[in-house]
Amino acid sequence: MREAADVVSPLLSVSNLHKTYGSGPSAFEALKGLDLDIAEGESMAIIGKSGSGKSTLMHLLALLDRPTSGTITLDGTDTSRLSAKQLNQTRNSAFGFVFQQFFLNAQASVLDNVTLPLKIAGVSRRERTARGMAALAQLELDDKAGNKANDLSGGQKQRVVIARALINQPRVIFADEPTGNLDTATGTVVEDILFDLNQRQGINLVVVTHDEDLASRCDRSIYIRDGLIAAPAGVAA
Amino acid sequence: MKIVDIVATAFRNAFRSRLRTSLTVLAIFIGAFTLSLTNGLGTGINQYIDDTVASVGVDDVMTVTKTNEDEPADGGPAEYDPNQIEADGPPGTTTSALTDDDIETIAGIDGVLSVQPAKSVLADYVQYDDGTKYQLSISQFVPGMKVELASGEQVDLDAGDPQLVLPESYLEPLELGSAADAVGQTVVLAVTDATGEQVTTEATVVGVAEPGVITMGGAIPNDVLTEELYDLQTNGAPESETTRYAQASVSFDVDAGEEEAAALKDRLADAGYTGSTLEDQLGTITAVIDAIVLVLNGFAVIALVAAGIGIVNTLFMAVQERTREVGLMKAMGLSSARVFSLFSIEAVVIGLVGSALGVLAAIGVGQLVGSVSGDLLTDLPGLTLIAFEPVTVVAVVLGVMAIAFLAGTLPALRAARQDPISSLRYE
Repeated sequence: MREAADVVSPLLSVSNLHKTYGSGPSAFEALKGLDLDIAEGESMAIIGKSGSGKSTLMHLLALLDRPTSGTITLDGTDTSRLSAKQLNQTRNSAFGFVFQQFFLNAQASVLDNVTLPLKIAGVSRRERTARGMAALAQLELDDKAGNKANDLSGGQKQRVVIARALINQPRVIFADEPTGNLDTATGTVVEDILFDLNQRQGINLVVVTHDEDLASRCDRSIYIRDGLIAAPAGVAA
Repeated sequence: MKIVDIVATAFRNAFRSRLRTSLTVLAIFIGAFTLSLTNGLGTGINQYIDDTVASVGVDDVMTVTKTNEDEPADGGPAEYDPNQIEADGPPGTTTSALTDDDIETIAGIDGVLSVQPAKSVLADYVQYDDGTKYQLSISQFVPGMKVELASGEQVDLDAGDPQLVLPESYLEPLELGSAADAVGQTVVLAVTDATGEQVTTEATVVGVAEPGVITMGGAIPNDVLTEELYDLQTNGAPESETTRYAQASVSFDVDAGEEEAAALKDRLADAGYTGSTLEDQLGTITAVIDAIVLVLNGFAVIALVAAGIGIVNTLFMAVQERTREVGLMKAMGLSSARVFSLFSIEAVVIGLVGSALGVLAAIGVGQLVGSVSGDLLTDLPGLTLIAFEPVTVVAVVLGVMAIAFLAGTLPALRAARQDPISSLRYE
């Protein structure tokens, strides 16, 4: 059991996590009692083959889905006790998302895409613009603010996505194959940006990837196999 | 997400697929356009009838006649009644005359504020400044009677001097000049009394009436003039003749409501009289027009329902297209309720744009038709064929928006129920 007396209480803590899809004979058990702690400011890679349950784990950690059983504790709060509204607020304010596919609104401007989380949070237009421009400046994209998202290159689009993930000043960024759609050079740039955010701003990184190189840059890697952590503590240099 | 942002986003989303949205807007447009036109037609014609009603009398007056009790129920011939006199209506129509006793009885009935016997007057001619003499019919006096005036004022009911309102068509023959010139002039009226002698009296023209359907051709006298003409006309007649009236005007409290008016009619019927308001007399026409407009509106509503299904279709496509966008927004903390409102407001926006354009187009066409029909239907002056009341116009727009909202609920529900993970899944 984790006590308050622990030197560093983990930001996210998972115990005996089960997730079953479907029911009856066709039921599929994606996670089979997984335990995991993620410390404040840590960067962690979740590695595994397709169908290993790594995406399921990320979705549960990101509070996008509820576990079949087991607990997920965020900052000492049992998330199963949160209402739908509180879950929405938590995801909006504490998490940022970077996906392999960019999920940008092609017709909207870069600025509008970046400020979407603020719009959802109900921030005024003026403040949205100010914070959006600041986030874009941080990623050296401020000159593209008025462009349509469609007109950007792949690397630029992923930087827009990172700006969008950053804009709420989140505590954790969940990245699902963040470099999967990019060439090596651009991928490296995007990785640099992510790890720079992790080191300078102390934002936790949870990266789901196939890419061993990317995983090796994280503080810690966990291998998921058949719904369990197979090789614990693959600590990187 | 703030309401303002939701509405703005829904507005922008509605026109992301311009062609698709435009076609749906077009369907709504056709429905709203038709509905506005048929409504406008009903409003225009009913307004005309209302104006005509106002030119006949006021709504707090009931015309009372003696119920003909001898009339057999099977429609056969009625027994002769020596007390019958000629009444309004087709030639040969007779009614039992009201006597002074009847007038007193009617005055005593509960709910009757005042009663006035209608004194029918037959003028021989009208003459101005020793010019040519012309026949003139005197309209039956109804208290509070109003006509559309080309010039001057309505007759003053309480005035002590004889006044009348002349129809516009008399100005030229009588050489009275323009409508404005005629006001204030004195004309001579002649009647034949009971002894067969022609006598004249004078009256001041206080107003000139525009031609209308019901008052066409007749002059409207004020109280004093009617009395004067009636006295002259009945001079030398036996008293039994002078106190027999075809009908009487009863004023009642119109604010007491329709039920009270109906109760008054019942009480009159119990006493052996028939009371009918102006609404009763013109109600049939209005009812027929209302029924026709209702049927036409029915067709327009069918068109709108079809357009509503178009909205359902358009939005289902939009939800399909934006599956990932919705998933992403939900992942970022947008509640299902907000997703629902995003899509249902988008539907309402389509309804608003379509109906606003439809209503505007209908008003434009109404103006066009109005100027054309003015030339074609010169016999019905003052008729605006298609008229628009702000309330109806707003009601059409709001109604279409309501239909659009209902149409949008189905797709919006689907979007709201979307699971963010399956929306974003790409493995």
